[in-house]
Amino acid sequence: MQPFAYQAPTSVGEAVALLADPAHGARPFAGGTDLLVQMRRGLFAPEMLVDVKRIPELNRIAFDPDAGLTVGAAVSCAWLCDHPAVWQHYPGLIDAASIIGGAAIQRRATLGGNLCNAAPSGDAIPAMIVLDATATLAGPDGTRNVPVADFCTAPGKTVLGPGELLISLHFPVPASNTGERTRSGARYLRFIPRGEMDIAVAGAGAWLALGDDGTITNARIALSAVAPTPLWVKEAGAALIGKAPTAEAFAAAATIAQEAARPISDVRGTAAQRRHLVGVLTRRALKGALQRAKGEACDD
Amino acid sequence: MSTQKNAQFNVVGERLPRYDGADKVTGKAIFGPDVALPGMLHGFVLRSPHAHARLRSINTSRAEALQGVYAVVTAADLPPAGSTDHRYARDNTFASDKVLYVGHAVAAVAARTQALAEEAARLIEVEYEVLPAVTDVLAAMQDDAPILHEDMRTHSLAGRGEKPSNVASHFQQLKGDPAHGFAEADVIVERECHTATVHQGYIESHAAVATWSDDGVLTVYTTTQGSFAVRDHIVWLLDLPMSQVRVVPTEVGGAFGGKNTSYVDVAAALLARKARRPVKITMPRPDVFLATGPSSGAIFRVKMGAKRDGHITAVQAELFYEAGAYPGSPVGSGATVMFGPYAIPNGQVDGYDVVTNGPRVSSYRAPGGTPGNFAVETLVDELAEKLGMDPIEFRLLNHAHEGDERVDGGTHGSIGGIEVLKAAQACEHYRAPLTGPNQGHGVAHAFWGNWGGRSSCTLSVNGDGSMNLVTSSVDLSGTRTTIAMQAAEALELPPERIRPSVGDTDNTGYADVSAGSRTTYATGIAAIQAAEDVIAQMRARAAALWDVPVENVAYANGVFSAASDLRFTFAELAEQVTGSGGSVSSMANIDAAEWGAGFSTQIADVEVDPETGKVTLLRYTVVQDVGQAVNPTMVEGQMQGGATQGIGWALYEGYAYNEKGQMLNANFLDYKIPTALDVPMIETVIVEVPYPKHPFGVRGVGEPPILPPPAAIANAIYRATGVRPDRLPMTPAHLLEKMGVIGDW
Amino acid sequence: MTNKTLVSATVNGEPVEFFCEPQQSLLECLRDVLGLTGTKEGCNDGNCGACSVLLDGQLVNSCLVLGVEIEGRAVTTVEGLADWHGLHPIQQAFLEADGFQCGFCTPGILIATKALLDREPNPTEEQIRTWLSGNLCRCTGYDKIVRAVQAAACQLNRECEVDA
Repeated sequence: MQPFAYQAPTSVGEAVALLADPAHGARPFAGGTDLLVQMRRGLFAPEMLVDVKRIPELNRIAFDPDAGLTVGAAVSCAWLCDHPAVWQHYPGLIDAASIIGGAAIQRRATLGGNLCNAAPSGDAIPAMIVLDATATLAGPDGTRNVPVADFCTAPGKTVLGPGELLISLHFPVPASNTGERTRSGARYLRFIPRGEMDIAVAGAGAWLALGDDGTITNARIALSAVAPTPLWVKEAGAALIGKAPTAEAFAAAATIAQEAARPISDVRGTAAQRRHLVGVLTRRALKGALQRAKGEACDD
Repeated sequence: MSTQKNAQFNVVGERLPRYDGADKVTGKAIFGPDVALPGMLHGFVLRSPHAHARLRSINTSRAEALQGVYAVVTAADLPPAGSTDHRYARDNTFASDKVLYVGHAVAAVAARTQALAEEAARLIEVEYEVLPAVTDVLAAMQDDAPILHEDMRTHSLAGRGEKPSNVASHFQQLKGDPAHGFAEADVIVERECHTATVHQGYIESHAAVATWSDDGVLTVYTTTQGSFAVRDHIVWLLDLPMSQVRVVPTEVGGAFGGKNTSYVDVAAALLARKARRPVKITMPRPDVFLATGPSSGAIFRVKMGAKRDGHITAVQAELFYEAGAYPGSPVGSGATVMFGPYAIPNGQVDGYDVVTNGPRVSSYRAPGGTPGNFAVETLVDELAEKLGMDPIEFRLLNHAHEGDERVDGGTHGSIGGIEVLKAAQACEHYRAPLTGPNQGHGVAHAFWGNWGGRSSCTLSVNGDGSMNLVTSSVDLSGTRTTIAMQAAEALELPPERIRPSVGDTDNTGYADVSAGSRTTYATGIAAIQAAEDVIAQMRARAAALWDVPVENVAYANGVFSAASDLRFTFAELAEQVTGSGGSVSSMANIDAAEWGAGFSTQIADVEVDPETGKVTLLRYTVVQDVGQAVNPTMVEGQMQGGATQGIGWALYEGYAYNEKGQMLNANFLDYKIPTALDVPMIETVIVEVPYPKHPFGVRGVGEPPILPPPAAIANAIYRATGVRPDRLPMTPAHLLEKMGVIGDW
Repeated sequence: MTNKTLVSATVNGEPVEFFCEPQQSLLECLRDVLGLTGTKEGCNDGNCGACSVLLDGQLVNSCLVLGVEIEGRAVTTVEGLADWHGLHPIQQAFLEADGFQCGFCTPGILIATKALLDREPNPTEEQIRTWLSGNLCRCTGYDKIVRAVQAAACQLNRECEVDA
């Protein structure tokens, strides 16, 4: 790795100042599980790493039953997956956070890093999209919020401007859109050839909200590894609204998702395989989301 | 899982803990990358980014000028080559006129720190004229293929070819009358199989530390399967007297054949000589994939015929093996393995050794055997099914016996293949019902010749009756223990009395590489001989001390005796030894010219997700004939480890290239070896058909278990899905395509 | 012009001080600066687990931690498992179950096992395999490793009962 300077600020303001100064050539550094690997491969050579793990706003988890869940950008996946409120209210997020690498990677990897790395295959991103997450950014011009669905613009590219830092991710209370607190569920599934330690060949996240009569009042479907960025397939979710949550309805939504996918062939999988998997994983994720919405355990 | 303890042995057959265990569980064991010497510099090898190119020029001046750089070396620093093989070895150390694969070394730098060495390497200016590359074996054989070596001509039964070719050699094996045999057959099956290049995947990279004395003695600490092989290689390439080169093998973090060859030792030696300081080179992981010696990717076209009564009448096969940049793929041993277990009256095998733009292949646990076994054992399964026979019954009916001649022209010696098949048939797994839908049960069988070779052991008696045993053979996975156990058995003493160690080229006799499943077998024989000679010497000392003829001195169970009242325990006599004529020690140097072959049958239960093609291994059993298990716990470990490598070969592993011949997955993320989640507990059944020419009946153990897994799993996948995979790895995409699940969009 | 920082930390219960540059990984600092070669490099990109250490009791790949990050923190490596009583029960269990062959992945596996048993004293086979999925072993096929972890768990639980 090329040499760099290292700073570990303890406030957002300090961090933003370091990142904003073009003379520093600085990048934020949390878990480093993508960043350090990419630097060693020579993909980029920042002149400064700004370690964000000592900034309080990026390193806490807060759950309020009336406001929702806020996860600091530098919270590790392992910490998130051990948090009782996240298990109880956002198991769809656990689905994704618990499969980003093995036990050691999870103690360093972060949701924030997964999002900012903006890989097409980032497992946390479709889960965050279907849970309607919002990213809070801080920069030289102040703070702003960006829906996670709009955060990634191209492989490795995000909406972060010069000097901007991801502070936290916010998840609404479960079923906040419909006002029904207990009848929604989310599920994220991916396909890998081994049992663990692989990048997704394809992944699908699904979220459903059910009305009193059991029909779907709202739905979101998002995909990983089948487009230049994680893909929110709005049409697939829209097609489920007002429908009964049957296998046929799910199959139809899955077909829409397949049509929206733009997979490539690479060392991890073929385009045809990926497009096929989108259908399979979308159906299975919808089924899991439905089980959770009904308060049942997911089968796999 | 255990063997019947053989009552004739006291030590052999015991589940003893390893002698090297304490150091391995405390992190104290010194592996290649752990060696550090005072004043040591760090070396870095600059490698070609192109798969095929002319090397027009190298300018190292800017690198040499960098502060903190002590030496830069290229091919210009190597003595000239003599024979063709010598030229290939020299070129593979540092390229001279061409680079032939991505990762081909072109220069090396020694500097004060690793980072400086890498920075200096970036300052070396290399001018390449890029040429088209070829990585596929069939493409390399076409008339219009890019030619790697202008002077290469095909060697075949017809003599030496006339035109430049990438086909280094073509051999043919012919037995009987295959055309007639196929005409007689009632059922004929055939298939073309494509198998990818795989890597041994050892977790420890290659590493060497070289240091010179000022009077020209070179010492190299290196992780290797053969200290003498490394010495031979250095002496050959640097034109040095053998006695002036000392190779000290470190502990080895996995090898499996991939550390039979020397990759960074010569470069480290050259740098250390020029820098006048010790130099360490550790290969980064991507370089290990790119620039060491993986196994051959290969293509097979195989046809087999049998009569309705189940007897095989004829076989035919074409084997196309990728050698990488220089010739010498294991296509010959692939041919031997494929049809090896069976008595086949008529057969023809054509094997092609073809150079391609990739690293020169090296041995990987039963070299050349696994993909050929996949091609044949899936056809055997198909034949048995078409004939309505149980897969094991079909194999039993056709199995070779001692004295049978194989299609490759070799003759079977004492073998235990039938016993292995019967044990597999009798084991609970073979009869256990499957537990759900989309599941299948498959079996495959394999033969491997093993090896004997040259080994040396020195056994020395200490004054307290304890002994030191120095072996010539590098210990990859426990052989210092199995060798010491055999010495203890021969000495009729408890194994705690012996402490084994691995010597270096200065203090042991010559040994072949620890490979070919030969070490416990052949170095064991050397240890036994040394033990017997020690007993003979001790008897002579007792005779002198007692003033009796040596023929009257008996030795049994650790006690020397003569007449009714003359008695020394081994320790009592040892105490007197130094004062009675000097120390007692014995060096045995052997060349084992015969050895026993091994067989393994394996049973796999799989579940295949019909929507995704994902294969889950539900249950796995390895049955293997080991002659006599010296240490059954360690034998089980070899069976489980070899099978797991075969499982990776079957389902996950394979080199992927782009159209420029660049490897796309030179890392442990996308070159996928099995994790703990990918395999179940692996049941083992040890069969013992003693090999008569080893004093304790030992046969080699390490290699046979890697052969059957791909076929066993493929045969199970067939029963779960109705399709037969014909490609390794059997990826989910391959299965979806075979099942017709992936359509066109 | 180097950019060296003085780092003060605790390694295996002992205070240490060393200089390193920011781009030097914790793995490099442990092996090359502190001379603790028990922790191994297998891939240098977080995919093999040979470099596993405990950082404030948490399992991490030391190749993906910077040396400067351990300022004021505690690291445990394989060299810190045994104490003046002798081998740690996990080490003893691996010796008895023959849970290793070449021994290269073993330090990482022992550290990962400690992290698992600290958190989950009675893991199922599936939990063991899931937890160890980030530690690649090429020699054993994992069977005897899993049995060693099970034996270690049993031994540690019995000891706890005896103490109570």
